[in-house]
Amino acid sequence: MKILTANRLTDGIAVWYADGGWAETVDHADLAHDKAAEDRLEAIGAKAYADNEVVDVNLIDADVVDGVVEPVRLREKIRAAGPTIREDLGKQAARAA
Amino acid sequence: MYRYDEFDHDFVQARVAEFSDQVERRLSGEITEEQFRPLRLMNGVYLQLHAYMLRIAVPYGTLNGAQLRMLGHIARKYDKGYGHFTTRQNIQFNWPALSDIPAILADLASVEMHAIQTSGNCIRNVTADHFAGAAADEVADPRPYAEILRQWSSVHPEFSFLPRKFKIAVTGAERDRAAIQTHDIGLHVKKNAAGELGFAVYIGGGQGRTPMVAKKIRDFLPEADLLSYCTAILRVYNLYGRRDNKYKARIKILVHETGVEEITRQVEAEWQELKDAELKLPDADIRAIDAYFAPPPLADRPEGDAAIKLARLDSKSFSDWLDQNVVTHRHPDYAAVTISLKGIGEVPGDATDSQMEAVADIAENYAFDELRVSHEQNLILPHVARADLKAVYDALVDIGLATANSNLISDIISCPGLDYCALATARSIPIAQEISLRFASLERQREIGELKLKISGCINACGHHHVGHIGILGVEKKGSELYQVTLGGSADENTSVGEIIGRGFSSEEITDAIEQIVDTYLGLRLNPSERFIDAYRRVGPAPFKEALYAGETKAA
Repeated sequence: MKILTANRLTDGIAVWYADGGWAETVDHADLAHDKAAEDRLEAIGAKAYADNEVVDVNLIDADVVDGVVEPVRLREKIRAAGPTIREDLGKQAARAA
Repeated sequence: MYRYDEFDHDFVQARVAEFSDQVERRLSGEITEEQFRPLRLMNGVYLQLHAYMLRIAVPYGTLNGAQLRMLGHIARKYDKGYGHFTTRQNIQFNWPALSDIPAILADLASVEMHAIQTSGNCIRNVTADHFAGAAADEVADPRPYAEILRQWSSVHPEFSFLPRKFKIAVTGAERDRAAIQTHDIGLHVKKNAAGELGFAVYIGGGQGRTPMVAKKIRDFLPEADLLSYCTAILRVYNLYGRRDNKYKARIKILVHETGVEEITRQVEAEWQELKDAELKLPDADIRAIDAYFAPPPLADRPEGDAAIKLARLDSKSFSDWLDQNVVTHRHPDYAAVTISLKGIGEVPGDATDSQMEAVADIAENYAFDELRVSHEQNLILPHVARADLKAVYDALVDIGLATANSNLISDIISCPGLDYCALATARSIPIAQEISLRFASLERQREIGELKLKISGCINACGHHHVGHIGILGVEKKGSELYQVTLGGSADENTSVGEIIGRGFSSEEITDAIEQIVDTYLGLRLNPSERFIDAYRRVGPAPFKEALYAGETKAA
């Protein structure tokens, strides 16, 4: 499965495409289960990039774990959570609070 | 220290205005990311995993209190309360919003700082010995030459689009603390038989995926010829350096492929055309820059010895710190202090906003308002009266920066790694933290003695693992982090590249492996004064391989 991720232009914060917009957490990112859905996400990413909403747009591998979306690669897991050495920073900080 | 003249002020202000306009046009969508990317990189703005990153230049690692206080202010106001000091004597902020960067640059300009040329294929921040101006073994302060190089290289039209980035380091002492042989150009300030100042010139050093030790191409270059000779080197590189392959574009590859003899001939030939022209440095100009770096007036403070003797009796921890983090100064009543940013289990090189402000206060109160950033990711107070050392120590204890581990195994260089960096393939900071915690006992660290441990989270080697006595390189293998160990590297006047010892280790295994290496060393050293690197050079890799892998061979 694939999800669409990028960094927001204005502040660089990592975002994921979910429910027709860019969410600050990965949990409910839109999943592409087949090639057609991947193409659809890719087109959304390309348009958002062209519209100067986001930069560094990528389709990445993801799974669903306990009902929430989780990236597969460690790099993307860290992007989705924050630095593993500073749990008070990044997305994980808000989750802990 | 150097103070901006009118030209510098105007230049930096103009750049702030220019980049502010570029940011504004980017945010309004007037320019695309493709157009903006090279512009932001020229101003030190990267995009990392979680956010943008801003790299700010600290020329040759020299700062004053007001500048460090401003960095603390930026950390608090625009970032998340901390900054990361780097192996190029710079500082990075990990979370700035693009929309705030114009304001950050304006704040920096108000204290004569900027982020120009901290990225891109240009001549980067020139680095120097962090004990410059204080070291007892120094022939001359290397920073005036670094400053001359900074002025010459800033937006140099011919050298702004080189095949690849270009790094210059200068040392003023025989004992190389600036790692000059790992740089594109390394300059060693020395005197010739007639007592005149000049440089031994090295080129083609570097780390990354193809580590190379620099080659000496000239034993003595008169100081007046600094810029003409560097121009000659850069011209040869700019003309013949490879542009077809990013990984083969550094001057080290050109030197390697061309051969030292031939490239020396090319540089010397180019230099013949340049040496007696406008790049020749007038003595008056050199002395004018020198004057900016005139040492502070160091009044005799002979009461220091008695004060220290007493304080040592009073506090063992002060005594330990004194032995480990304080080095001899050229003035007998003074000392140079290393403020360790390597607290046990902490993130190497990180400092909080309030720590930066407190260190700025200490520098102003006790150290003639002078500070340095070392390439080993620590802060330095280069001139402290020995009589004031206890007061400095007490102030550092208050802010948690009095760890007595300079040059010991927990004084680890580490790149940001996969916790922050978009290029990283593995985490480096948690490995550094775990090793630091494993060797937390100062007694044990001192028993081990000088040991330079350096960790990089990818092949680009920002954590200098190739030149660590023990180097660790994190890679991604089959979706997991794997750590490769190199032994026998060093970044001093006897620079060497470490050798890979064998198969890599998982994140769970690596700290045990390091401990095994250290224990093997302790078991085979001739005496406690034989450092790890000396022992390794004497015995080679075999005993370490045996200790790490013998069980496996037998099992197989």
